Amino acid sequence: MRFLFKTHYNQDIDHLKHGGDRFWYGLLLVLAAAAPAALGTFYLGELNLVMIYAIAGVGLMLLVGYTGQVSLGHAAFLAIGAYTHSLLLGAGLPFLLSIVAAVLVSALVGAGVGWIALRMTGIYLAIATLAFAMLTEQTISRAEWLTGGFRGLAVPRASLFGMPLTQGWQHYYLTLTLLVVTLFAALNILRSSTGRAMVAIRDSEISAESVGINLAVYKTFAFALSAGITGLAGALFAHRLGYLSPDAFTFLISLQLLLMVVVGGVGSMRGVIYGALFIGFLPQLLAIARDTLPPRIAQAPGLEPGIFGLILVLVILFEPQGIFGRWLKIKSYFQLFPLYRRATHRRQKTYLRTERLR
Amino acid sequence: MSYLAVTDLSISFGGIRAVDDVSFEVEEGEVFAIIGPNGAGKTTLFNLVSGIYSPDAGSVRFAGRDITSLPAHRIAPLGLARTFQNIELFEHATVLQNLLIGRHVHRRSTAPSHLLFLPAVRREELEHRRRVEDVIDLLELAHYREQRIANLPYGVRKVVEVGRALCLEPKLLLLDEPTSGLNPEESEDMGFWIEDINRDLGVTVVMVAHDMGLVSRVAGRVLALNEGRVIAEGSPADVQKNPAVVDAYLGAD
Repeated sequence: MRFLFKTHYNQDIDHLKHGGDRFWYGLLLVLAAAAPAALGTFYLGELNLVMIYAIAGVGLMLLVGYTGQVSLGHAAFLAIGAYTHSLLLGAGLPFLLSIVAAVLVSALVGAGVGWIALRMTGIYLAIATLAFAMLTEQTISRAEWLTGGFRGLAVPRASLFGMPLTQGWQHYYLTLTLLVVTLFAALNILRSSTGRAMVAIRDSEISAESVGINLAVYKTFAFALSAGITGLAGALFAHRLGYLSPDAFTFLISLQLLLMVVVGGVGSMRGVIYGALFIGFLPQLLAIARDTLPPRIAQAPGLEPGIFGLILVLVILFEPQGIFGRWLKIKSYFQLFPLYRRATHRRQKTYLRTERLR
Repeated sequence: MSYLAVTDLSISFGGIRAVDDVSFEVEEGEVFAIIGPNGAGKTTLFNLVSGIYSPDAGSVRFAGRDITSLPAHRIAPLGLARTFQNIELFEHATVLQNLLIGRHVHRRSTAPSHLLFLPAVRREELEHRRRVEDVIDLLELAHYREQRIANLPYGVRKVVEVGRALCLEPKLLLLDEPTSGLNPEESEDMGFWIEDINRDLGVTVVMVAHDMGLVSRVAGRVLALNEGRVIAEGSPADVQKNPAVVDAYLGAD
């Protein structure tokens, strides 16, 4: 077990707390940077997709895991980011500017949705965001003069600093850079007063208000931030798709994003990465499994969504903290060996709260 | 002009006048206790003063300013902090994070600079941390600093909540039943802390309490409520002897 000897408050503020962290995260970064040399085009593309999911997941995690506002409509922000980026890129805007614009437009729409949804919590908020996603999908399919509707919209080729982005590895590095930047920004928010205000709203709105946190401002901000980050993922997703149409951003995508956050582990940024790996690679694993299964099972319709759903149910029932929570348990098992007990991580009963004010 | 002046405050929920024409004044630097049987309207009164409810009639003035219609998040920065009877902490955060959230009103940097975590933000964070450590030292919470609230025993949570309120560096502290659910030792400690907060930090304290031992020890003046109305006001000894108070607690005849 590691005991940290702290000599300065900076040690609690820094992202990497000790030598072990620096080593492992450094190694991960080196491996991620070396991946294009080791992986074939197909798996590199899949890894790229996983990282795009992860960016969107960071956005959704800030909202769901840290501010406690459930959204079932994040496919809409993905779509808004993708369409804004493609349209502006088509209009001749430089690549980077167009990505920034996509982030800003998504954030602005997110702020609007957040502001409208201020009075709603829990399931009602989920329904409202779901309605917003439906509305966005419909708007995109009807506004043919702008988006091409179901005829689709070809995503223009990207070029960065005069260099056309055509190869898989170029997109891979672009996504990797943006993922690292996004994670940094998100973790920075979380270690400052803004992030703490978000956590405060998640855990108790009434006492957040009593310590001077303006609920309306911070909830709207959380929505805007979350939508902006998801819009960034959308812009990258557009290049992955190559051709945009409304049915690429259905309710199933929203659900998949939420699934990623839940399976990864609500309330942890590492959980986002685990969740993204999970939803990114599960279809591949299933495809491989299909080859070995007897044809009657392998060819059964709806096998993939079925297994997805089954896993979601099992995670919520047996591991509400997701993959990240399981990892913490495994870690403490070894740290405390042989003293680990099943009850070590049992969830404590919360004390009765009678006079809840809202 | 007194420090906290509540004038003719009233609020009804449906047909029930929970607080009915209540007036009292608190002077700067004193410890003022509010007592009364269950359902007397003590907590509702606190919710009115701290801006969680807005009253049907009457006014609240704090430090010469009318705060009657201000929302809670605008009242806290004026130097008014409170605790809750049933503990409203941020359960999935550590003690340290809870106390840092209490520093919210003292933030100087804005969200864009937080995204980049500029050096000024780090300096501000270090400053917040030093102030929080002062509170941790005062309330002897060092042992629990890194623990999540959800894993803490009830007595410690009660103390953490007082600590979070102190992190606002308040001028006026509203304590809603600071010793409810505590064992005699913990109550004793809480009494000492209230005295320390009042004398050493110069914070004016208004508290709701049932524990008459605590009230007699720390409070200078007491207000007794029953069914939303003021039935007595004065020194702890006088109020305890007041026939209306005895009636309210024990019933007439």
